[in-house]
Amino acid sequence: MTDSTELRTRTRELLAAHPPAATDRLDFLRARFDAGLAWVHFPEGLGGLGAPRSLQAVVDAELEAAGAPDNDPRRIGIGLGMAAPTILRFGTEEQKRRFLRPLWTGEEVWCQLFSEPGAGSDLAALGTRAVRDEGAWVVNGQKVWTSSAHAARWAILIARTDPDVPKHQGITYFLCDMTDPGVEVRPLRQITGEAEFNEVFLTDVRIPDSRRLGEIGDGWRVAQTTLMNERVSIGGMRLPREGGMIGPVAKTWRERPELRTHDLHQRLLELWVEAEVARLTGERLRQQLVAGQPGPEGSGMKLAFARLNQEISGLEVELVGEEGLLYDDWSMRRPELVDFTGREAGYRYLRAKGNSIEGGTSEVLLNIVAERVLGLPAEPRTDKDIPWKDLAR
Amino acid sequence: MTTQPDLLYSEEEDALRAAVRDLLTDHCDPAAVLARIASDTPHDRSLWRTLAQSMGLAGLLVPESFGGQGATHREAAVVLEELGRSVAPVPYLTSAVVATEALLACGGEEAAGLLAQLASGQTVATLAVGPAARPGGAHPVVRHEQGALHGELTAVADAAVADVLLVPARDGGLYAVNTEVVTVTPKVSLDLTRPLAALTFSGAPGRRLTDDAGPAVQRALRTGAGLLASEQLGLADRCLTETVRYLKERRQFNRPVGGFQALKHRLAGLWLEIAGLRAAARNAADTLATGSEDTDLAVAVAQAYAAPVAVRAAEEALQLHGGIGMTWEHPVHLYLKRAKADSIAYGTAGGHRAAVAELADLRAP
Repeated sequence: MTDSTELRTRTRELLAAHPPAATDRLDFLRARFDAGLAWVHFPEGLGGLGAPRSLQAVVDAELEAAGAPDNDPRRIGIGLGMAAPTILRFGTEEQKRRFLRPLWTGEEVWCQLFSEPGAGSDLAALGTRAVRDEGAWVVNGQKVWTSSAHAARWAILIARTDPDVPKHQGITYFLCDMTDPGVEVRPLRQITGEAEFNEVFLTDVRIPDSRRLGEIGDGWRVAQTTLMNERVSIGGMRLPREGGMIGPVAKTWRERPELRTHDLHQRLLELWVEAEVARLTGERLRQQLVAGQPGPEGSGMKLAFARLNQEISGLEVELVGEEGLLYDDWSMRRPELVDFTGREAGYRYLRAKGNSIEGGTSEVLLNIVAERVLGLPAEPRTDKDIPWKDLAR
Repeated sequence: MTTQPDLLYSEEEDALRAAVRDLLTDHCDPAAVLARIASDTPHDRSLWRTLAQSMGLAGLLVPESFGGQGATHREAAVVLEELGRSVAPVPYLTSAVVATEALLACGGEEAAGLLAQLASGQTVATLAVGPAARPGGAHPVVRHEQGALHGELTAVADAAVADVLLVPARDGGLYAVNTEVVTVTPKVSLDLTRPLAALTFSGAPGRRLTDDAGPAVQRALRTGAGLLASEQLGLADRCLTETVRYLKERRQFNRPVGGFQALKHRLAGLWLEIAGLRAAARNAADTLATGSEDTDLAVAVAQAYAAPVAVRAAEEALQLHGGIGMTWEHPVHLYLKRAKADSIAYGTAGGHRAAVAELADLRAP
């Protein structure tokens, strides 16, 4: 059993063998991975030590104090949060060894090819086809809302391999090389003016069978691991007080008394209290996870986060008065990082509109809470026994 | 840098909850509460004896050296969750929490003697302030002249069942007054499970507990407000659970009513708010227990959040039960009346938001 003392010792050994000040950033990250200190709950040989996840904080604190470089997790969030846990759970030994190390060090950025123009909330209805051709699969279709596609080397991809069975059964999960011929990435401009996301067109892309993840036809189950981790990573971040969208508004309120009105004051206080309660709810969820008793609160955190971001940023536009009628910059850009609280009030207001759509709409999440947490009757599933090819679309 | 509050329930707290729930299931079911509030003695003295004396719960906040259990606000909060869940007509919040905290702040032999009596459950006390008094906002109206108290209080919660009144007076002192020397006039109350009574002091003799009632009253009201959130949590959670159970059974249009998406979404939204209330209530209880420097803010946040959630839970329960929810025989009105009364008790949500404005430096225009 690896305990915090041993982890601290190992971390100090790593720092002694590779002093951060005198070591190339990438070399340090690779050495950290090889020492099992990347994600300590992963198995030995794959960046971890099979230790409890909660002990990662011990390693991180030691490394931060020593000024060691990190792997810039915000830039590789999809790889860390979604691809890695799925590869770990369903990947072959060869796949795990090939992909996890450069994924963690950030040498290879990952993106997610799931949503399609015709398959949003009803993701299982997706129509991108993968057809077997000797030792490979030939993929054709269109994906959408792909963040980081323009920076990504690899993608997690789900595609339809059997149209003759009901929709959940005919899907297979692949690891797709974004540099392959036939992969075309086009920016998708959104209401903020920038293009954080992309459309990805797949035309006769050949994926070797060795890059299939999980069994043929089992892709929906594999994808559940990815999606559960997505919602955790969206809603489960630990925040200090005023750490989210409320922070910039509270700051403006304090610094600019001339903007204050009684109406705005009442609304600000209500939202401040709700933001603090949401933070505490997230903290309680985190404590449950650490104690090994995950609660159902996770399903709800993203709902609260989306609504609060929208209401708070909407209030902020009103708070700044005439400045709220201006916008910092409409020019089309392709950012590699997403920062919901970055830029100015107008941007935050517009970007927050996506929070109740991306990663599961609030309406679908309310259904999930009602059915899985409260046990209320499920929505009618008229398509569950019909072959995918016979569904109306 | 403050330490993170512990927002979970310990195994001991879970065991305490189970014991209290068992007792209330047997002795405080909705039919019993309905019958009780229609009687001349709305308080359930028999239930109080079991809770306070047999189970020792009246002394949770009292140190063992004063004859109590030496537990913390975390355990008292768990008891209040269960009492709220059953809208139990017992003076736990008023006597075992608020009056007890006031006495704990006093020191002195008089207070110590009373504390031991309260902890044993043999004596019930209530703090003689209006039910809406919030931390930072109490105004004594009773005068202390020539060794006796004079004046009127129009409404004090649980006064009709109290043996002793703790009375802040205009001379700054806090006095213990036996109820038999005061005229206690029960009022027709919105919440019959925590009824109000008017008090008339006409030269009532009082024992001075402290010369400076201010800190004692503040401490009592702060704790009352903070732990009331746990009562509101228990109440709201019960409303949701009962409504979900009913909507799985109730059929209209040849299907369970709980399968309609409009209702599913409302219940899911309510569940989310109650999850928030649980975190806020645990935070308030834990900061009170540890004496964290965050306590004032934690209490204000919990109370600014709790009342609207508990009221909404009860209102949704009534609406979603349909016609049966509007009848006297169905217990949902007990929850609605308690939730609405709780939204005023120890300060309204708006009053606590004003406190947040001060504590979090978000000043008014």
